[in-house]
Amino acid sequence: MKKYILNARAVCYAVALIVLLALPRLVTPYHLTLMESGLSLAIMALGLNLLLRYTGVLSFGHGAYFAAGAYAVGLLYMYLPDHFSFENAMLASLLVSAIISALFGLVCVRHTRVFFSILTLALSMLLFAVLEKAYHFTGGSDGIRIPIPTFFGYEFEGMRRFQFLCGPYYYIVVGIFAISSLVMLAIVNSPFGKALQSTRDNETRAEMIGVRVKRFRLYAFIISGTFSGLSGGVWSFVNGHITPEICNWVFSGEVVYMVLLGGFMIFEGPIVGAVAFTYLRLYAVAMTEYWMLIIGATLIFLVLALPGGITGGIFSLINRLKPKSA
Amino acid sequence: MGLIYALNGVYFAAFLFLTSLGLNIILGVMGILNLAHGSLYAIGGFVAAFLVGLMAQSSLPVMVLVSVLGAVAVAGVAGFVLETTLIKHMYRRALEYQLLITFGILLLIEDLIKLVFGGESRYASAPYDAMGSLDIMGHTYSVYFLFVMAVAGAAGLFIWWLMVRTRLGIMLRAIEMDREMAQAMGIPMRSLTIAAFMLGSAFAGLAGALVVPTTPAVMGMGMDPLIMAFIVVVIGGLGSMKGAFLGSLIVGLTRSFTIAYFAELEMPLLFLIAVVILVIRPEGLFGQK
Repeated sequence: MKKYILNARAVCYAVALIVLLALPRLVTPYHLTLMESGLSLAIMALGLNLLLRYTGVLSFGHGAYFAAGAYAVGLLYMYLPDHFSFENAMLASLLVSAIISALFGLVCVRHTRVFFSILTLALSMLLFAVLEKAYHFTGGSDGIRIPIPTFFGYEFEGMRRFQFLCGPYYYIVVGIFAISSLVMLAIVNSPFGKALQSTRDNETRAEMIGVRVKRFRLYAFIISGTFSGLSGGVWSFVNGHITPEICNWVFSGEVVYMVLLGGFMIFEGPIVGAVAFTYLRLYAVAMTEYWMLIIGATLIFLVLALPGGITGGIFSLINRLKPKSA
Repeated sequence: MGLIYALNGVYFAAFLFLTSLGLNIILGVMGILNLAHGSLYAIGGFVAAFLVGLMAQSSLPVMVLVSVLGAVAVAGVAGFVLETTLIKHMYRRALEYQLLITFGILLLIEDLIKLVFGGESRYASAPYDAMGSLDIMGHTYSVYFLFVMAVAGAAGLFIWWLMVRTRLGIMLRAIEMDREMAQAMGIPMRSLTIAAFMLGSAFAGLAGALVVPTTPAVMGMGMDPLIMAFIVVVIGGLGSMKGAFLGSLIVGLTRSFTIAYFAELEMPLLFLIAVVILVIRPEGLFGQK
């Protein structure tokens, strides 16, 4: 039975990948850039869910590590323009976000539950204040423009921004997204991932059987932060411009919303949620000036009526339709 | 000048105390961290500014009394509506749902304020101007600031009296200590949690109403006070009144002196203090563990 489920999952992944690769021929370029934005945010949502679903702590300040990754790209361009290439930018994103999440994580993992959430939120606002106030270093609230990078020595000469996003960059995003999803899947199913879940279910018992709870939680925090940083780095090229707003806790809240929208109990939920949220938000903004009203109301509806999110809803529907004997 | 900075610090602290008091009551009694607390603060601010605008001809005491009481009442009613329609479903739910629903409420209220009052800033400086200023050791200082400190002091004493001396307060503290046991003893949980949520919301409204005579009511005005109140709660310890008081003073004075001497360090220094306190005492100054 288990083997059968695994195979079904593998088939789904293959189909999803084929659809993603065929998408440039199916949808308008505008929707393609939205998809890029959604896929890069999905990497962050996966990272956040490692903490929420598998470690049992909710971070309300993951924007900080996203911003760390995005600003690593921006500052690399501002201060070392000679070394500004896509691969260096990604390395900088991973490195900087890992360092920041290790620093913040040291303080946060000593706590759980509400205290953990308040602390992550407060620390992200610290970074927000620094990014906004240090005008001469980070461009303050004006932010930093991110140009088209070179890719392993290849220059996209004469290409307009839009062409770059709809052409080569889309495949780069899909590639990074696919690799990081598989890495996260491996982490979650590894002995380390199982140990994390044991700390979530019963901290005392986990400690007793030899799991070093706080250290493992710190590792999970750093992995999660680094995924967010990678997400920020990839996203910064899609958006072409970064501001301290991505470090604001409201953005972090939106990411938590994405995870819940997709359904955090299922591994793929956050991916569905990130893509769905990107489109939902766009349509809400296009439809009315009061888009926050729509987002807020759907969020409240989701919490009250559909706590399993989109994927949770689909699975319970499938279970209901299945014949009872099976 | 040091005296003026100290006074300013106490003035900041008065606001923080009012805001974090409401947050703390809700957190302590109901175990819910209300991310929409800043929105209730904003409701108080907009209602007070609206009322002050209406009563441009009235005398000063009437204007202050009506605008503040009006704001407190509207925020309290908003708290009642929120509790009885949405929050009441959340007590048995996991933390992530509790936080997300208050986050949803925050987004909702933000746009509702825009819908009701329009997106423009509202000025209501009449009470501030009318109270004038007085001379403190050779420096002029606005009477309004002293008034706010007095109100915050009175509010603190009121809550202390309520929590320590009245039957209501004793029951609230019993819920805080042990929910199940309190219920088993026959404490009316429903009406008390509603009362606690309304009380917390009303305090947020009070803080918002007091701030608009000095700075205009603008969209998103509740965001910064919310973050500041979080820092106060983190420093002081969850659910502790003593902690909220001391935390507010620490944050208020730090803020005032850093703004005076190195303005750019304001926020980072505050967070640094919070982190240092947490590393030494993870549960906060007066938190229980």
